[in-house]
Amino acid sequence: MQWTDEGFVLGARRHGETSAIVSVFSRARGRHAGLVRGGMGRRLRPVLQVGNRVTATWRARLNDQLGSFAIELVAAEAAHLLDRADRLAALAAAAAVADACLPERHPYARAHDAFAGLIERLGAEGAWAPAFVRWELALLADLGFGLDLSACAVTGRNDGLAYVSPRTGRAVTAEAAAPYRDRLLALPGFLLGAGPGDDQAVRDGLRLTGSFLERHALAAVGRRMPEARVRLLGYFSPRDAISGGITAPDPT
Amino acid sequence: MGGSEIERLVALLARLPGLGPRSARRIVLHLLERRETLLDPLVAALGTAGARVRPCSVCGNLDTEDPCAVCRDERRDASVICVVEGVADLWAIERAAAFRGRYHVLGGALSALDGIAPDDLAIEQLVARVGQGRVTEVILATNATVEGQTTAHYVAERLAEAGVTVSRLAHGVPVGGEIEYLDEGTLGAALRARREL
Repeated sequence: MQWTDEGFVLGARRHGETSAIVSVFSRARGRHAGLVRGGMGRRLRPVLQVGNRVTATWRARLNDQLGSFAIELVAAEAAHLLDRADRLAALAAAAAVADACLPERHPYARAHDAFAGLIERLGAEGAWAPAFVRWELALLADLGFGLDLSACAVTGRNDGLAYVSPRTGRAVTAEAAAPYRDRLLALPGFLLGAGPGDDQAVRDGLRLTGSFLERHALAAVGRRMPEARVRLLGYFSPRDAISGGITAPDPT
Repeated sequence: MGGSEIERLVALLARLPGLGPRSARRIVLHLLERRETLLDPLVAALGTAGARVRPCSVCGNLDTEDPCAVCRDERRDASVICVVEGVADLWAIERAAAFRGRYHVLGGALSALDGIAPDDLAIEQLVARVGQGRVTEVILATNATVEGQTTAHYVAERLAEAGVTVSRLAHGVPVGGEIEYLDEGTLGAALRARREL
């Protein structure tokens, strides 16, 4: 068995003294692991950094074996972000979420494209946070837990949408939401194509996708939200959530 | 083939880094043939090290005394702390003999994959050390990997209020490195961190 595809490194775990078990996220193969001989060595370690775009050739005698990867670097995305704390945190968070949520060896083209879009935004100038929330929305949709943001679940209107029901994942207008606002998740305007991507909006977006990922994609397999993703929220908090390690209690 | 004691020794040695059963067997034979000159001193040294070497309560370095030799050395600059991921990194910097300050060993790096969170590292101890007031600069010498730099940014964030200079090691062309063979990431980092000549 053999295939070659381009993808992103999601993580490399040491195996034995010099090898690594590497997880690659490709468009056609999804999240796929394989053994990389010498993966902990000098030559390959820079290549196997999280977020790097690589060409992976997977080989195994039988399809259900772990198999081994031959990996070549296409773009060293991680190296460009090492100095930028927030972007590096986003990269680590996105890879950790992908690694935790995606079942192995199943293609998730939409999630992959959104992930690629996020990596591109992280490497460019300008805002990246909306792309991060969109990637998680795409991940949810591809996993079968997509949010329906097209119209209000109560009134059927498609303007003035401001909340999402945590139970159904459907949008609700501000008026219809008024009686039980504190039980709903805020819907940031940028997900509807309008509205700023300021800290408050990003925080709302991260809480929104985070809540669904946690309840549907992670709890189902007995996992918790990766620490890297929890920390990411700290970059958008009004109070310094990183230094204190204590965030204000979530009003929802 | 030897008895069960020899087999047990071979099996234990084979678990050491860089060794396999074959090299372990050679080592055992080598030791047994040089009992006085090698085996007995080695047994004594292993016993002493096992009984006496402990992590330093100040910096986390390994030494037979607590605080360790680096922390006790009055000639070293106590106002500069170099933060490293592991003791191996501390030893590497000591080998370079280019740093005369103190150290702080974190005990790893933040890693989503391995589930290492800030509480698993000696970050609180570092913040407490810096808070005592003698420190003016903290050098973050974590690895130039995603995990290492994520850790560095986290530690820098935690020290933001402490009123100390926080710096990190440069990333770039290694001494003796040829540009033709450098990976793109290192080259990019080297270009961004270029200096006026």
